[in-house]
Amino acid sequence: MLTEFTPWASLVGGAMIGIASVALMATHGRVAGISGIAVRMLPPYLDSDAAGRVLFILGLILGPLAYATVTGAWAPFTIATSTAVLIIGGLLVGFGSVWGNGCTSGHGVCGMSRLSTRSFVAVGTFMATAAATVFITRHLI
Amino acid sequence: MSLLVQFLIGLLFGTGLVVAGMSDPQKVLNFLDFAAIPKGGWDPSLAFVLGGAVIVTFIGYRLVLRRDRPLFDAKFHIPTKKDIDLPIIAGPAIFGIGWGLAGFCPGPAFTALGTGSSQAIMFVIAMLVGMVAARMFALRQIKT
Repeated sequence: MLTEFTPWASLVGGAMIGIASVALMATHGRVAGISGIAVRMLPPYLDSDAAGRVLFILGLILGPLAYATVTGAWAPFTIATSTAVLIIGGLLVGFGSVWGNGCTSGHGVCGMSRLSTRSFVAVGTFMATAAATVFITRHLI
Repeated sequence: MSLLVQFLIGLLFGTGLVVAGMSDPQKVLNFLDFAAIPKGGWDPSLAFVLGGAVIVTFIGYRLVLRRDRPLFDAKFHIPTKKDIDLPIIAGPAIFGIGWGLAGFCPGPAFTALGTGSSQAIMFVIAMLVGMVAARMFALRQIKT
């Protein structure tokens, strides 16, 4: 299914993500990596910040409601993937992001902004395997 | 106060993802489909999201990290690892395959929960299972 190229909305939304990432560093001294925040909501607890992480994730979940409240319309949302593939995808996304110490936010936004070599390696790697996977699922099978 | 601020920052992050169009997995997959560049139908939006976020964070971090400490903590917790080891390649490689299959990375998966989608709920449960497994695996590696 086609989606419309939205350069301005995407730049503005990206800037909002950037402001949130800078704000988390300014207030809590932490990188805004969603995979790290999500896994540390759950045991084993190695520090005492689990409640804050739960609230951060709750804020994330309420993003669509905030958007709908301000604009009066829900954002477009289409899942065209079968449930079995979604579950396999979820397991891989969860395992890979935590084993690799970060995902699109932790390595992509925060790590590249710190000019971290590890994050550039991570982003290059996941972009490559994601693109290869989409090529295989959309064009080969 | 610290908790309220964390909630509001999460809300700003999540709303940003929705404004950027990244809560729609179809839009993410249409970015990752580079074969569509010559054919038509490629959606470059994700590059603008990442670009906008990195520009703001790059500048913002430089201003914030000049301070002695964050508002609610005694020190900044900046990742210190520098080495290019197996997890920094294999982890993202596995993550990318899942991202390409489903069109969800962890942030948008949580915002998708807020649309009430039952498929998003299943994705997030599977993702959390994978996360906990990886953490147990990684913690065990450190101990041995």
